[in-house]
Amino acid sequence: MTSESTFIDIQNLVFLRGERRIFDGLSLQIPRGKVTAIMGPSGTGKTTLLKLIGGQLRPESGRITVDGICVHKLRRSALYDLRKRMGMLFQSGALFSDISTYENVAFPLRVHTKLPEDMIRDIVLMKLEAVGLRGARDLMPSELSGGMTRRVALARSIALDPELIMYDEPFTGQDPIAKGVLVEMISKLNRSMGLTSVLVSHDVPESLSICDYACIVSNGQVIGAGTPEELQDNPSERVQQFLQGKPDGPVPFHYPAEPIAEDLAGGAQR
Amino acid sequence: MIDRLATIGRGTFDILASLGRSSEFLVRSLIAVPRPATGLPLLVKQIYAVGVLSLAIIVVSGLFIGMVLGLQGYNILTDYGSEQAIGQMVALTLVRELGPVVTALLFAGRAGSALTAEIGLMKATEQLSSMEMMGVDPLRRVIAPRFWAGFITMPLLAMIFSVVGIWGGMLVGVDWLGVFEGSYWANMQSSVDFGEDVLNGVIKSIVFGFVCTWIAVYQGYDSVPTSEGISSATTKTVVYSSLAVLGLDFILTAVMFGDI
Ligand SMILES: Nc1ncnc2c1ncn2[C@@H]1O[C@H](COP(=O)(O)OP(=O)(O)OP(=O)(O)O)[C@@H](O)[C@H]1O
Ligand SMILES: [Mg+2]
Repeated sequence: MTSESTFIDIQNLVFLRGERRIFDGLSLQIPRGKVTAIMGPSGTGKTTLLKLIGGQLRPESGRITVDGICVHKLRRSALYDLRKRMGMLFQSGALFSDISTYENVAFPLRVHTKLPEDMIRDIVLMKLEAVGLRGARDLMPSELSGGMTRRVALARSIALDPELIMYDEPFTGQDPIAKGVLVEMISKLNRSMGLTSVLVSHDVPESLSICDYACIVSNGQVIGAGTPEELQDNPSERVQQFLQGKPDGPVPFHYPAEPIAEDLAGGAQR
Repeated sequence: MIDRLATIGRGTFDILASLGRSSEFLVRSLIAVPRPATGLPLLVKQIYAVGVLSLAIIVVSGLFIGMVLGLQGYNILTDYGSEQAIGQMVALTLVRELGPVVTALLFAGRAGSALTAEIGLMKATEQLSSMEMMGVDPLRRVIAPRFWAGFITMPLLAMIFSVVGIWGGMLVGVDWLGVFEGSYWANMQSSVDFGEDVLNGVIKSIVFGFVCTWIAVYQGYDSVPTSEGISSATTKTVVYSSLAVLGLDFILTAVMFGDI
């Protein structure tokens, strides 16, 4: 991969939460204009990785560059400018609870553009239409279901037509129909607007069906990367275990802990 | 022994660190004034939430405190045969002390706790993070309007409190206990000095408004984003604000009226 086509470049990333090394020398390239899926067991730090890319967390060492700009060396104002070019769908949706669905989607347009009101209205309605929630525009976020919340949040994160969009678990809590629509939408957005998409998901079949590249993160490192076909053929036991969802294998299902027999034997110490 | 020293050291360090963080926070939110076009509606909304919605409690408390002052004042002053001075006593007590102080305490309980809980919940539900990711500084958008709203409304609330209290004192003193109305007002006019009393009272309430709102928004912004974290931040807001108000009141009173 040449640096020309790399949009996000992560080199030797080390990040700690307290004593725990979430990332330990992780390196990853995300190509421009493609859909890259990041998969991995729950709790490996996928959300953390997205926050690092967005500059909300600072790495211990290593570097993260987005479009050639080193994210964690930026000054605050430059960082905010860079973020205007990114959209991020939060795992929890994170809609503003004091304004309606419509206003939530209109929010980034109102702060960052000087568009007239009728134009904002057109854009908001189009984005809501794309996620199938045009009829829900007057509802408050507290009146939306979990899946609807996420779709509104998606509409909001694409409102400004960003160059990079990061989806944190877009499929969780979606029914099969909505899932299908979202899969379609993500790849359509990518093809028609040429944006770079980073898709974090546990849903292996959905992710592999739309992504151009995929990588699997486990234990702070990338354990497998490549096109979906390459990944399917990857001989690594760990990659295969994850793709096929087998409970036994080298990828731990458990959060790091002492062996259960020892733990149970030492009952009194909690 | 070493353990205890270490605990004290760590405690001191934590306090210093949190003071440092809150000062940095203060400076950043003070300079982060939004553009008037977007900022003004936000400010108005917050003045409504912080000020207008606190009006009821302020008016009712002011009325009762004024009435109690009237009663107690009358009892004490009749012993000296000088119940005409009741207007002066009620007004001075309210304008100099009770107006700013009680308003600030009520404000911390009513508006401060609400500010902390609201901001804490916005943090816990990642609304602040998502705002940052949209390239909008939450300090500018969320914190600054709330800060200024508290800062602006506190002196106004304190004045309303004093006015209602003086009226309550009159209800009791004049209408109930029969003090001559002319002397209630005349004594008040001749003894309450604008610069000395009213202005100092306003300065007090400005200081309290500043401190209470700063504590409230900082506690919300710095809260641990969980339910326990938010509840403890809310408690801290009320406790710290009340202590700060009472302590500062003593200092300010000493400087303003203590002839030192
Ligand atoms: N604020 C925090 N403080 C301390 N540790 C944290 C914090 N947030 C996350 N962690 C830890 O970091 C690790 C990675 O968290 P992260 O949310 O990135 O996981 P994830 O891969 O997104 O998981 P999931 O797929 O379940 O969303 C977790 O093990 C968690 O214990
Ligand atoms: Mg996650």
